[in-house]
Amino acid sequence: MPIQYYIYFCLALFSIGIIGVLTRRNAIIVFMCIELMLNAVNLLLVAFSKLHHGTALAIDPATTVGTDGQLFVFFIMVVAAAEVSVGLAIIVMMYRNTHSVDINFLNRLKN
Amino acid sequence: MSKIAFLVPLFPLVGFLINGLGRKYLSKTAIGVIGSGVIFCSFVTSCILFQQVCNESCNEQTFHAVVTLFNFIKVDAFTIPFAFQIDQLSVLFLLIITGIGFLIHLYSTAYMKEEESHHFGRYFAYLNLFVFSMLLLVMGANYVIMFIGWEGVGLCSYLLIGYWFKNNQYNYAAKKAFIMNRIGDLGFLLAVFWILFKLGTVNYGDVFSNVAKLSAFDIAAITMLLFVGAMGKSAQIPLYTWLPDAMAGPTPVSALIHAATMVTAGIYMIARSNILFTLAPSTQAIITIVGLATAVFAATIALKQNDIKKVLAYSTVSQLGYMFLGLGVGAYTGAVFHVFTHAFFKALLFLGAGSVIHAMHHEQDIRKMGNLKKYMPITHITFLLGCLAIAGIPPFSGFFSKDEILAAVFTKNPIYYYIAVGGALMTAFYMFRLYTLTFLGQFRGTSEQEHHLHESPYSMTIPLIVLAILSVIAGFIGIPEIFAPDSHWLEHFLAPIFKESTKLAAVHHVDHSQEYLMMGSVTGLVILMILIALILYKKYTIKEDETSWGIGKLLTNKWYIDELYNAIIVNPMNAFAGFCKNTIEKNGIDGIVNGVGKLVSYSSRQLRLLQSGQVASYLLIMILSIVVFFLIWFNDLTIIRFLNNIF
Repeated sequence: MPIQYYIYFCLALFSIGIIGVLTRRNAIIVFMCIELMLNAVNLLLVAFSKLHHGTALAIDPATTVGTDGQLFVFFIMVVAAAEVSVGLAIIVMMYRNTHSVDINFLNRLKN
Repeated sequence: MSKIAFLVPLFPLVGFLINGLGRKYLSKTAIGVIGSGVIFCSFVTSCILFQQVCNESCNEQTFHAVVTLFNFIKVDAFTIPFAFQIDQLSVLFLLIITGIGFLIHLYSTAYMKEEESHHFGRYFAYLNLFVFSMLLLVMGANYVIMFIGWEGVGLCSYLLIGYWFKNNQYNYAAKKAFIMNRIGDLGFLLAVFWILFKLGTVNYGDVFSNVAKLSAFDIAAITMLLFVGAMGKSAQIPLYTWLPDAMAGPTPVSALIHAATMVTAGIYMIARSNILFTLAPSTQAIITIVGLATAVFAATIALKQNDIKKVLAYSTVSQLGYMFLGLGVGAYTGAVFHVFTHAFFKALLFLGAGSVIHAMHHEQDIRKMGNLKKYMPITHITFLLGCLAIAGIPPFSGFFSKDEILAAVFTKNPIYYYIAVGGALMTAFYMFRLYTLTFLGQFRGTSEQEHHLHESPYSMTIPLIVLAILSVIAGFIGIPEIFAPDSHWLEHFLAPIFKESTKLAAVHHVDHSQEYLMMGSVTGLVILMILIALILYKKYTIKEDETSWGIGKLLTNKWYIDELYNAIIVNPMNAFAGFCKNTIEKNGIDGIVNGVGKLVSYSSRQLRLLQSGQVASYLLIMILSIVVFFLIWFNDLTIIRFLNNIF
């Protein structure tokens, strides 16, 4: 599959994520949109890494060049999982305190 | 030379620090003892130095006058050392300053007794600081050290004139003195810079031995600027008006600063730089004219003054004029001699006046005095001796010094001589007018004042007696040649200082018969003037509507010089300052400063709106910023190429 498809797809995912973050007021949806952006980048990373690796393989069948991008993706996923747990905890606390998950409701740092 | 020279100014400095810092903790007695004691220590040290100079100066090869303590300024090859010059001229001044200074400190302990303790301490601290500065002025071995002292005495003069700072009138007098002095100081400073620029050094020795390197114009300009400095400090026309106003200070201050020492700084400076002045005949001519004009002009004003201290102040201005007259005609020894004798009798007269004012409970109007000889015998006798000395009756000290200047003037220009004699006659007249009104006739004050009249305490009369003795005998150090050959001790003593000038322009002596005639006729006229004054004012009674007219009115109002200065300088300056304050500052400078402030506060108020607390808007800004950043960072061509590469 040509790399362009991956790029278009990731671009679309990322844009959806940005627009979601900018326009939605529900904290959970904003959070999901952030995840969406993160995964768009992840996918792009894998795609480029694979492309790179494919080109290198043609020269040397035993090479490992370009595989580290795919390794990074795992790291990112682990970090993202941790981040999700923290983020959700925050949202839960927010809901307990304000009985709302509307981020515009939290426009003050005080209290 | 001497290792102990630095002690002379150190003592008063220590006294200043102790009295200044401890004025709230020390008792009046302690302050008085410390204040006077340190000056006495200086006096003793000065005497030792004087002895050394007398002994060592015989041998010119081994005589080193300069004592270097440390380098004051050192830049590359150019140094200004902090050095003292201990030679014949400076030790003479050291003796005057510390000797009279000590007597006046002693006198002050009684005169200022009624002040509160911490003000008493402040007074002595200032007085000690003054003596310190004055000693620096005369001891400095270069113009920069002299300038430090020069400014220091100006500052102390300001502080002491405004000593009773709660009286605004006194504060104005203090400011006037300071500003007038600053005008002169500018001239002095420019002269120092000029010397530095042309010769690269300010040490007296180096400057005077290198005068040949200076062009005639340089010398004329430098001496003229130095003379402007002297004009301010020594109260010569046109910068003399501060001195009569300086009488606002306590009387001992007037005696020490505004009669005996500080105002003679200009004479010292010119006598010190005598070689420069001898080489600048045009400046000498100006000094002669200014000195003569001041001598006569101030004497005319003194004729009609009614404030005991004002008369003495104008008399000081007049006597300083004589000194400058002497300097102008090249009679440097005569001028220094007159400084020496004048210091004694003028300090005596001021202290006597202080004693009178003390007894009269701060009444200074001589019209309200009279017959004080009955109540104050010591003050009366000493004051009379002072008057005789300043009038120039032989054999009192003023006679010898004034005669020496007059004789030198006669050899230069007989017309100047006659004018100067006219001034001397006026001196005799106004001094005896003052004396008669104060001590003779009927008492014209209130009966309450009469009841309180008393002789002053010993700490005031002892300085009076010592100064009176000195005023009588001080003249004998300079007996003219005609009385006894080789008897002019002062001339021989100071000869090394003035030897270069003497080589270039020897002072001609009038022949003996002529000199006898001049002395005799002047003395006769002076006695006549004294008698006229005695007769005129003996029967003086106070008149309610005493209005003078014509020239008398002019003199009473001091020739309207203050009014003239106010009209042509002070008021336009005030108007200009008012314009600057109200228009330029309020609208211009304040506008700019406030405008910047307003702009900042307005723009920050607008910027504050961005911080809305809405996360979404922050994010939007962030994303837009990133997009803009990318567009700028990778300019559009790169982006297009990048996109082309990918797709």
